[in-house]
Amino acid sequence: MTLDTVTQRDLLRQMYTIRAFEEMAEELYARGKIHGTMHLSIGMEASAVGAIAALRPDDYILSTHRGHGHCIAKGADLKRMMAEFMGKESGYCRGRGGSMHIADVESGNLGANGVVGGGLATAMGVGLGLKMQDSDRICLCFFGDGAANLGPFHESLNMAAIWRLPVVYVCENNQYAMSFSVERAFAIDHISERAAAYGMPGETVDGNDLLAVYEAVREAVERARRGDGPSLVENVTYRWRGHSKSDANRYRTQEEIDAWKQRCPIAHFRQHLIAGGELTEAEADEIEARARADIDVAVTFAEASPEPDLSAIEQGVYA
Amino acid sequence: MRELTYLEAVREALWQEMERDERVFIIGEDVGVYGGAFGVTRGMVDHFGPQRVIDTPISEYGIAGAITGAALTGMRPVGEIMFMDFTTLAMEQLVNQAAKMRFMFGGTIEVPFVLRCPAGSGTGAAAQHSQSLEAWFVHVPGLKVAMPSTPYDVKGLLLAAIRDPNPVIFVEHKLLYKSKGPAPEEPYTVPLGKAEVKRAGRDLTIVATSIMVVRALEAAAQLAGEGIEVEVVDPRTLKPLDTETIVASVSKTGRAMIVHEACKTGGYGAELAAVIAESEAFDYLDAPIVRLAGRDMPIPYNRTLEYHTVPQIEDIVGKAREIVQGRI
Repeated sequence: MTLDTVTQRDLLRQMYTIRAFEEMAEELYARGKIHGTMHLSIGMEASAVGAIAALRPDDYILSTHRGHGHCIAKGADLKRMMAEFMGKESGYCRGRGGSMHIADVESGNLGANGVVGGGLATAMGVGLGLKMQDSDRICLCFFGDGAANLGPFHESLNMAAIWRLPVVYVCENNQYAMSFSVERAFAIDHISERAAAYGMPGETVDGNDLLAVYEAVREAVERARRGDGPSLVENVTYRWRGHSKSDANRYRTQEEIDAWKQRCPIAHFRQHLIAGGELTEAEADEIEARARADIDVAVTFAEASPEPDLSAIEQGVYA
Repeated sequence: MRELTYLEAVREALWQEMERDERVFIIGEDVGVYGGAFGVTRGMVDHFGPQRVIDTPISEYGIAGAITGAALTGMRPVGEIMFMDFTTLAMEQLVNQAAKMRFMFGGTIEVPFVLRCPAGSGTGAAAQHSQSLEAWFVHVPGLKVAMPSTPYDVKGLLLAAIRDPNPVIFVEHKLLYKSKGPAPEEPYTVPLGKAEVKRAGRDLTIVATSIMVVRALEAAAQLAGEGIEVEVVDPRTLKPLDTETIVASVSKTGRAMIVHEACKTGGYGAELAAVIAESEAFDYLDAPIVRLAGRDMPIPYNRTLEYHTVPQIEDIVGKAREIVQGRI
C-alpha cells in the first residue's frame, strides 16, 4: 500500500520533530534544566515513525526506556511532553514520571518503561483485554534487542500466540544492550527467527528505512486486526548516542558510529521523497525548520509551567 | 445464618461477581477443568466458559502481565498464582509495573485487578510451597494486601477487592479452605482497610493475621478458663491498615502481642509493633510489645519440624500467659 504525499510529508515531519526534540532535550540536560537521565533514540526515528504509521489512532502502544520517538509518533503534545521532562505539573505525568515513564494514555500510549522488557507481558495482557471485548483495536509493543533475552519475552510471545491475541511485537534492534552487542548476546542471525518458536510470523527489516518498517508492521497489524494473532517484526537500526548519559562509548568504535550515521533514516527518507518528486529541497528544509520551531514553543511552555505542588506529593499512588 | 467453607466462600464471591459484572474474569494455571490446585474454581468453567475462566501455561510472570494489561483496557481480572511462593516469578510485573503505573503516569490510569495467592504451611509441601510472603507486597506502594481469616470476611473482602480500582494481593491460607463459618448468600462487601475485633477482652490484645486469628481465638478460649481475657483483633487488610481499631484495643488492654505465620524478621509484625509503639497506645502499655511469628527459616518437610516452625495454639497460650503475668 502506498502512502499519499501528505502522509509521507507528515512522517518526515515526525522524524524531524523527534530528532529536534531529543537534541533539545540533550542540550537542556547539559544546561541542567533536565535532571536524572535519558535514553536518546537519535538515529532510530524511522523505527518509531514507520511502525506507528501503520496503526490507527485508537490502537495502543507500549513503549520502552528509549521511547521519546514512540511518544511523539503516537501523537503526543510536545508542550506537555517537554514539561514532563522538566518535571513540571503540566507534564503528561504531572512531573512524576519523567523521560523514562512518560505515558500519554489518551493517545493510546500506555507508557515508556524503566525496566527492559517490562512492557512485553503487559502488552499481551492489553491484547487479551481487547480480544475479550471483541474490540478491533490492537496493541503494538516496542522492545529492544536486550529485552529479547529476558524470560518475559518468552512468556509474553507464547501466551499471545496460543490465544491469537491482537499484539504486534516490534523489536528495535539497535545493536547493543547497553554495552553488550547482539553478536555476543545471540547465537542466531536475526532476532525475528525466534518467532517461529512461537508459531507466529517473524520478519527482519532495515529499521532505518521508514517505508520498509511501515510495510512490515502494516502487514502484522492487519493480521492482528483480522484476529489471526501476533507477529514479530525486527527493525535493525542503531543508536548514535550512548545508552544513557553515563555512556563513554568504550565498547564500540567511532568508525562504526560514523558508518551508521551515513545511513541516517531521516536523510534517507528525505532523499527518497525528493527523488520521487514528492518534495523539493526547500520544502524539506521548511519541514525541518517547522519541527525545530515546534520544539522551541514546547520549551517555552515547559519553562513557564509551574512545579508540582508539594502538598500533592502522594497523590496518584492509589485510585 | 447459613454456613459454608472458606473455599466455598471464595468461589461464591467469584461466581457472584462474574454474574454481576461481565468485565470480571479468572485467569491462572489449571483454574479451568482442573478447578484450581485447591479446587477453588471447580465447576466455574462449565458455567462461565473457557473465555472467562482462562487456563494459562506455567507462566507466572505472564499471568501478572495478563491481568495488568487487561485491567488497563477496562477489564476486572482475578488472577490466581497457584502457590504464593510462585509470586517470586511475577514480582517484576507486580512491583515495577502494576503497582507504580498509576503514580508514574500522573494518576491518569487505573489498574484494577486481584491476584489470589494461596499461602501458608501445614500441608507438608515444604520450603517452596508453604511461604507467607505478604510483607513483601505490603512494602510496595500502589498495592493493597488483604488477608482474610473467616468465610464471612473472605467473601466480603474478595468482592470489595474485585470492585476496588487498585491492584490487590489477596492472600488465602490453604489450611483455612476447609474451615466453616457463617456467611450470607447475597453479595456483600467487607471494606478494605477495616479491622475487626473478633473477641473482646480486657487483659491483652492479640493482633493476628490469617490462620493465626483462628489459633488466637482458640488460645483465647483456653486462657479465659484461667481468668485471662484476651481481645483478638484481625486487621483483615494489611494495606491499608486500620490502625485506629488496633490502637484503641491496645489502649484499652495495655498489652499487645502480635501473631503471624511469616518469618519474624522483617515480617508484618514489626510494622504492627511500630504502629502501636508510635501511637498514643504507647502511654497505656504495661508490658513490652511481643511478636510471636514463624521462625527465621524455610518451612521443613518433616511433620513435627513443620509444626514447630510456625506459631501453634499452645505457643500463643504460653506467650500470652507470660505477658499477662508480667514475666516478659
